[in-house]
Amino acid sequence: MKPLQRGYIAGPVLLLLWSLTLVYSIAIFVTFAGGAPARPFLPAVIVVGALAGIGALQISGLAMLAGVSAIAGALLSLLGIGPLQFGGEFSQLAEAVVGAFVVPAISLTGRLMLQGTAWGELNRHEFEEAVIRFLTGFGLVFFIVIVMIPFFVMIATSLKSQQELLQNPLDYSIDLSKGWDLLRSYRELFADFMFGSYLWTSFVVSVVTVIVTLLFSIPGAYAVARLRFRGRREFSQSILLIYMVPMIVLALPIYMLFSITGLRNSLFGLILIYPVTTIPVALYILQGYFRGLPFEVEEAGLMDGLNRLSVIRRITLPLSLPSIASVSLYVFMIAWNEFLLAFMLLDDPSTFTLTRGVAMLNSSEIPRQHLMAGAVIATIPVLALFLGLERFITKGLTAGSVKG
Amino acid sequence: MTELPPKAIGALQRQETRLAWGMLAPSIISVALIVILPLLAIFWISIKPVELADLRPPTPLAREALRGKLNVAGDVANIEYRLRNSHSTRPLASVELIDQIPEGLALGELDPRCDLVGASLRCDLGDWDGGHRERLRIPVTATESFVAGETDVRESVALVTGDSDNVLANLQFTVKNFVRIFEARDFWSVLWATVFYTVFGTIGALVVGLFAALLLNKSFAGRGLLRGLFLFPYVAPVIAVAFTWVTLFDPFSGSANAMLQQMGMTENPINFFGERPLALIMVTVFEIWRYFPLSFLFILARMQSVDSDMFEAADMDGASPFQKFRYLLLPQLLGILSVLFLLRFIWTFNKFDDIFLLTGGNAGTRTLTVNVYEQAFAVSDIGAGAAVAVVIFCCLLIFSLFYFWALRHEEEL
Repeated sequence: MKPLQRGYIAGPVLLLLWSLTLVYSIAIFVTFAGGAPARPFLPAVIVVGALAGIGALQISGLAMLAGVSAIAGALLSLLGIGPLQFGGEFSQLAEAVVGAFVVPAISLTGRLMLQGTAWGELNRHEFEEAVIRFLTGFGLVFFIVIVMIPFFVMIATSLKSQQELLQNPLDYSIDLSKGWDLLRSYRELFADFMFGSYLWTSFVVSVVTVIVTLLFSIPGAYAVARLRFRGRREFSQSILLIYMVPMIVLALPIYMLFSITGLRNSLFGLILIYPVTTIPVALYILQGYFRGLPFEVEEAGLMDGLNRLSVIRRITLPLSLPSIASVSLYVFMIAWNEFLLAFMLLDDPSTFTLTRGVAMLNSSEIPRQHLMAGAVIATIPVLALFLGLERFITKGLTAGSVKG
Repeated sequence: MTELPPKAIGALQRQETRLAWGMLAPSIISVALIVILPLLAIFWISIKPVELADLRPPTPLAREALRGKLNVAGDVANIEYRLRNSHSTRPLASVELIDQIPEGLALGELDPRCDLVGASLRCDLGDWDGGHRERLRIPVTATESFVAGETDVRESVALVTGDSDNVLANLQFTVKNFVRIFEARDFWSVLWATVFYTVFGTIGALVVGLFAALLLNKSFAGRGLLRGLFLFPYVAPVIAVAFTWVTLFDPFSGSANAMLQQMGMTENPINFFGERPLALIMVTVFEIWRYFPLSFLFILARMQSVDSDMFEAADMDGASPFQKFRYLLLPQLLGILSVLFLLRFIWTFNKFDDIFLLTGGNAGTRTLTVNVYEQAFAVSDIGAGAAVAVVIFCCLLIFSLFYFWALRHEEEL
């Protein structure tokens, strides 16, 4: 670490890495958004980054730094050795304009990173803080890019036609002049592939799963949280052990049993199984909540002559409505996203759930944009639900686990 | 423990215990039915020679037809039964056919295996091998009353019954299933894929999740938004994101290849999910991408409950940022990190959907769980699939023994 702890080395090295991060992300973004063939020119990216590091440390005026980098960027691009190059129809001049924006972007953000970093010897604090600022910048860009790209590709592909996709797999620009025709894949899914019915089936199955799970797990969670009985501690510790058993191991005998009894291809069969996969986790989360509720209120109820069941109904349940809501959402998400059992137990397209319907679209005869449209249809409800109630869900999920 | 358990159990206590078990009963029973029973079944099946076709037990089938015409009294025709065993390999024992002969038909010479009691024809057809087929003809002559009645000979349904030996229920055992999976050439490659996927998938998701949590462990504008965004991969249905990855990395029409080619990083398209050993690395990367949010969420929650006084004190003492992370934050996170490691390790080991959707277990990505499906459904050998499942179960047992051993040692320290 020691030789790195000098401003004139740390600065250029960090900004070189930052320049790589930034230029490659911009290239990906520009390519996807406009279909323009953006190509980073690696030697230039490295040199520009290193020079930006020196500039950010040596040039004190902000405007001066921006000006110098803009001119340098434009000149490099005019000479054909700019960090970000476009082939074909792009004129040299347009490329210079891009260069005049990209290079200052590197040097100005880089200056933020090298805030308080001196040119010469750095102490440990200054050096580490600069590294951390770089890692923060890099991390934010990195995570946003890796999370967004698949979702962006999913949506953008679903709006394309087969021909456009084959012509240029990089062009995801949306041609608004097509109007409603953009949604052609979706219309065809609903009209020809019964996606309306799958959507409804998935909804019904998920809601029934939530209801059954709650009916089973609320009394159980209450018993574990409040009642004294032998084996209670062992029970509450081993509830989650059930999840050690892989689903595929259970799915095999269930498939055999359902084949023999004729429960395959029936939603009733699916609804028999789904709640069991969610009851243990619901029970575990709920008992954590119940434990956190003040017992005194319940005690008062007991003293006033209520029996246990009416205490639960009149006191505990109203108090724990938020937790019950978050458990319901979580269970709904599990049931909505479930794929393996639906895939194994349903063969008849009239009984498909949404995930099973999307799996059916994965064939060489069905165009990719239909598959992606199906994926979007399956994703949107659950993401919308999640975004709307995110705080709720994450709090519920992490509540039991972070106590100590 | 400060409070001692009461020695004698009072009536109130007994009542409470009863109530507690009563409230737990629905959960326990349902979980037992869907989890414990299938587990026992897996052990049973793994030592039985069961194939996919055995799920439909052999049944005798009969189709009745009239050969010839019975329009005028004195017409002669045959009632023909086309008989077969529905199963191609398994035998049927003591098959019997019963049918009603319509009134007004005079029977000709009967097959030696059949006899007529009143109007009902009964044939004792003996034992059938698998795939057995035969035609049984009963010659009949029409009389006046039959022609007048205009009855159809097929009006009464022919009943055939037979005893079949259900391979699931009998006492025929075999160790062939286990021998087959252990001797299979790809067994070691399956094991290697499982170990690679589990170890790197778990550690990767944990490290990436820790990095993401560190990023969002300070407050800034848009932090809530980013936190929601980071959870997307975990919340979206696996089928949607897996197919998106397949589309994105398609060797012919995928954007990733087009992008790499445009940037001049590769000449020829790369078959990300179809080449050894790249496919195994890609499914592991997918696993990390999909499950880092879970680690992120739990680590972030733990970080936010860490006391900030300690960090202020460290600042006063002049600790550098890395020192604060290494000596203050990390020890606090050790608990949640080890719990997450354990859980994620087991769940990654058990993971099936992701690999199944991405590669179908091809190109060296077949893990043990995918092998269960492969054996049971692609090779149609349910017994072998169950044997793989038993192997998985034994691994999990070893993990948990190790876990409890580690837990005990931790307490001793």
